[in-house]
Amino acid sequence: MAILSKEEARSIMEKVISLSKADECVVNLSGSNGGNIRYARNSVSTSGSEENTSLAVQSSFGKKSGTSTINEFDTASLEKVVRRSEELARLAPENPEFMSALEPQQYQEGKAYFKSTDDITPAMRAQFAADSIKPASAKGVTAAGFLEDSAGFNALMNSKGLFAYNQTSGVDFTVTMRTEDGTGSGWVARDFNDVKKLNTAEASQIALDKALRSRNAKAIEPGKYTVILEPAAAADLVQNMIYSMGARNADEGRSFLSKKGGGTKLGEKLVDERVKIYSDPLHGEVPFSPWSGDGVPIKRTSWIENGVVKNMFYDRYWASKAGREALPAPGRFVMEGGNASIDDMIKNTKRGVLVTRLWYIRTVDPQTLLYTGLTRDGTFYIENGKIMYPVKNFRFNESPIIMLNNLEALGKPQRIDGNLVPPMKIRDFTFTSLSDAV
Amino acid sequence: MKRRDFLQLAGMGAGALMLPTYLFGKSVPLDAPHSVLDARASKQLADVALNTARSQGASYADVRIGRYLNQYLFTREDRVQNTVNTESFGVGIRVIVNGTWGFAATDQVTPDGIKKAAEQAAAIAKANAKLQTEPVKLVPVQSYGEQEWRTPIERNAFDVPVAEKVDLLLSSNAAAMQEGANFINNSLFLVNEQKYFASTEGSYINQDIHRIWPTFTVTARDTASGKFKQRASLSAPMGMGWEYMSGRQQDKIQGPAGLIFYGNTYDQKEDAVSAARQAKEMLTAKSVKPGKYDLVLDPDHLGLTIHESVGHPLELDRVLGYEANYAGTSFATLDKWKTKNFNYGSKIVNLFADKTQDHSLGKVGWDDEGVKTKRWDLVKDGVLVNYQAIRDQAHIINENESHGCCYADSWSSVQFQRMPNVSLAPGTEKYSMQDMIKDVQDGIFIIGRGSYSIDQQRYNFQFGGTLFYEIKNGQVTEMLNDVAYQSNTQEFWNSCAKICDESDYRLFGSFFDGKGQPSQVSAVSHGSSTTRFNGVNVINTARNI
Repeated sequence: MAILSKEEARSIMEKVISLSKADECVVNLSGSNGGNIRYARNSVSTSGSEENTSLAVQSSFGKKSGTSTINEFDTASLEKVVRRSEELARLAPENPEFMSALEPQQYQEGKAYFKSTDDITPAMRAQFAADSIKPASAKGVTAAGFLEDSAGFNALMNSKGLFAYNQTSGVDFTVTMRTEDGTGSGWVARDFNDVKKLNTAEASQIALDKALRSRNAKAIEPGKYTVILEPAAAADLVQNMIYSMGARNADEGRSFLSKKGGGTKLGEKLVDERVKIYSDPLHGEVPFSPWSGDGVPIKRTSWIENGVVKNMFYDRYWASKAGREALPAPGRFVMEGGNASIDDMIKNTKRGVLVTRLWYIRTVDPQTLLYTGLTRDGTFYIENGKIMYPVKNFRFNESPIIMLNNLEALGKPQRIDGNLVPPMKIRDFTFTSLSDAV
Repeated sequence: MKRRDFLQLAGMGAGALMLPTYLFGKSVPLDAPHSVLDARASKQLADVALNTARSQGASYADVRIGRYLNQYLFTREDRVQNTVNTESFGVGIRVIVNGTWGFAATDQVTPDGIKKAAEQAAAIAKANAKLQTEPVKLVPVQSYGEQEWRTPIERNAFDVPVAEKVDLLLSSNAAAMQEGANFINNSLFLVNEQKYFASTEGSYINQDIHRIWPTFTVTARDTASGKFKQRASLSAPMGMGWEYMSGRQQDKIQGPAGLIFYGNTYDQKEDAVSAARQAKEMLTAKSVKPGKYDLVLDPDHLGLTIHESVGHPLELDRVLGYEANYAGTSFATLDKWKTKNFNYGSKIVNLFADKTQDHSLGKVGWDDEGVKTKRWDLVKDGVLVNYQAIRDQAHIINENESHGCCYADSWSSVQFQRMPNVSLAPGTEKYSMQDMIKDVQDGIFIIGRGSYSIDQQRYNFQFGGTLFYEIKNGQVTEMLNDVAYQSNTQEFWNSCAKICDESDYRLFGSFFDGKGQPSQVSAVSHGSSTTRFNGVNVINTARNI
C-alpha cells in the first residue's frame, strides 16, 4: 500500500474531494517504504524498517481552516477524516493570512525517484554495514555508522481541480572511524537518490584513512587562517545562508538581507563575484520535487549570481502582499565551482588548514549570520602545498557572508546532504579557541 | 524525529499539509476530551506480544502500547498562524533473541497486528545476531505487577478550550506590542503521553504523562541603523498542566534592573512586557569588552550549560561509543571515573540525576523498560562518581540495578538511554542572588537561553544568553550586548565559586533534546540556583557584514 501510482492516488483523492462539504478542500496523500541500520563498536546495534501511508485533509470555511489525517483508506475512514477536518475548521480562529487554494497548475515531471532505492532489502543494508565494518576491524579501527533509505510518493489535490504527483527516493550513509587509542577520528558522508551510486566500502576507506592520519594531533594557536573547507564543511555554512533568504524577514527588517534605513539587499552585491548559487528540481545529480507543499510549481531559480542577491523566497501570503508570484524556498541547491580537486587546492596553498567537517553549528547573531561551531573528524595543517600534520580541533566564529567575501578558490562540486557544493579555499577564517575533542 | 522538523513548524501555515506524517498521527478535534488508555484491554494485547515473543525464542520481551497527543499553537502579533492537534496510537515490541535486540512497531493495535510485529521483532533479532559481537546482558529488575502513575497536574491543558489558550497568547502579544515591540512570535507546546508498558519480567504499568512549554521571541528593530534585537521568554518547559500559566505571586523572584524570574508558575503577559522593554534597550546597549569576567548565571541560563556539559557527557552509551557517529563520545571516560578522584568541578559542585523531581519534564513513575525511577549522584563534592545507565549497560559500571532512564519518543521508536533530569544542588548556607551580586567586583550577569555549541566529546563550549548585565563593584550597572563565553567543561566547573541557596532554586528545561539515529527527541529539566563562576573567558560577537 505504501507507494501508490499516480492513478491510484488520484482515485482515492477524488473520492475524498467528493465527500467534502467545505468551501474549499485540499488533500495531501503520501506514502513511503524505508529502513535503516545502525552500527557502533564494529557491530550492528539497531535496525528497522518502516512503511507508512498517510492522508491529510484540509477543509476551510472562509478564512477558517482545519486539517485532519488518517492512515486507513476504506470509505468510512475517508468520510471520517473529511468530517473531522470540517469540525476543526469550524472551531479554528480566523487566519488573516489564509490563502485560498491554488488554481490548477502545470508541473514538470519529477526525476527524483529510483526503483533501485525502493528495492533495498534488509540483507542489502546488512551488506552495506558489513562493507564498512570489515576494513575497519582489519586495521584495528572502530566503526560507527548509519544507513537510512526511503522511497515514496507525494500527491496533492484540491477542490479547484489542482492535482500534483511526485515520487522520490533517497539513501543517506555516514560513518565515523575512531582509532583504538582514541587519538584519531575520520568521517565520511554520502547521499544519493539512486542507491546504485552508493559504495560504502569506498566511502568508509576515506573515513578510515582520515582516522589513521589524524592520530596525535598537534595544537596550533587559534586565530585567522586560510582554510580549505571540504564540501561537507562548506555546505553547512552556505546552507544556513540560503535558508535564511526569506523575503518576509528581510522586508520586516529582521534579516541579514535587511538594510539600514529600510528595504532589502535584493539586487545588491553580497559576496565575491565568483559565487553562483541556484536550485533546479530537475538537476541530474540533486533532483527534488517540482512543486512545493502547497502546490506552487518550482522551476530553476538563481539565488546568488556573480555575488549579487538575485532572489529571496516568498510564501503565497507574502507574495500576494508584495504583488508578485510565490517563490518557494529551494528543496536543494547547487553552488557552482571549478574543476580543481581538493588535492590540487592543497598543492596551491602555502599555509593553511584543511577542514573535513563542522559540528554543532549554532547562530550567534542573526543580524550578521554569525555562526559558531567546531571542526571535527580530520583537521590538518598545510604548508607549502603539503599536508604536514593533523591539528587539534578549533572552535570557529564565522559568518558565511564574510567567508564568501574572503573567497580564494573554488574546487569541483560534490553532492553533500542533498546539495551540490564545491570545496572552497577561504582566507582569514576565524578560529577562536582550541578543543581537545577527537 | 528531528529537532529541525519542530522548528519548521513555527514558520508554517499554508504549507501545513506537508508536515511530516509522524507529527500528525491521527488528528483529533481541538476541544475533544481525552480519555486515557484502558488498562484491562491493554493488558490483554500486551500479553499477546509477550507470549508471541516467548514462542519465537525470546529470552526477554517488552511491549509499549502508546497514545501520544500533541497540541501546538503558533501565533504572531495579533494572529494565530496555526493550531495543530495530533494523536498517534500504536505499539512497539522489543525482544532479545540469541543475545540480540530486535524491535518492530505497528499501528495495527489488534491481536493480529501485535502478533505479526512480535514475530518481526524476533526475526530482526535473529538476523542481526549474525553480526553481533557483544551479547546483551540485562541487570535484574523487580517484577512490579499492575501499576498506575500520572503526572500530578491541577488542570489538564488538553481540557482547556483552545479559545482560552489563544486569548492568553494574543493578550501577551498585544501587551508586548503596546510596550513597543516590533514583532512577537509566541507558541505553545503541549504533550500528553499515555503509555502502557509490559514485560516478561511481570510488570504491567499504565502511565499518563503531561508536559507544557510556552515560548516566545520578541523583536525590536531600529530602521535607521538597520539593527534588530531579540529577547526570548524566560519561561521553562515543565512537567505540569495548565496551572503553570497561572503566574502566582509567590513563584516570582525579583532581580536587579527590574528583572523578574519565574519558578513553578509563569506570568507570560508580564514577561512579554519586560521582553519588549528589554529588546528596545538592547538596541543601544554597550558592546562587551572581551576578557575574563566573573559570571553570575541565572538558572534559566545555567540549565542549558548543565545539559550540555554534564548531562550529555555522562550518558554511558556515549562514553562507550554507541553515539560516536552522531552526537559523539565523551571526555568523561571510564578510566577517569575509576580513579575515584577525577575533579569534574570544585568542591561545592554536586550534580545529581533525578527522575522523581516535582514539576520536572523527566518525572515519571517507571521508565520505558519498567524500572522504577530514582535519584542518584553524578558528581559528588566535585568528583565524578557515576553515569546514566539502563538495564543493558549497568553491568559495565559494576551496578546490579538500572538507573531507570530508558525512553522512546514514540511507540514506533525503540527505547534507549536518555538523559534524566540533571541538576546542580543548591548551596547549603543562606545566600541570595542579591548577596551574590554584592560580592562581584567585575562581572557579567547572564540570563536566559541563547546560542549554545559544544564539541563532540564535551570539552570546549561557547554559550550566549538572552540578557547580559555588567556588574561593577557589587552593583548591576548597565545592559551589555555581544556577549558569549568560551570555556572547557572541567575548567569551567572547577571555577564554580558560589551557589545561591534553595530559595533561589528553579527548573530550566529542554523540550526537544535530540539523540540517536534515527533521531529521537526527549524532554528533560535541569534545576539550579543562581551560581557564580570566576574568571571565565568572554568574547565579543559583534561583526559587520
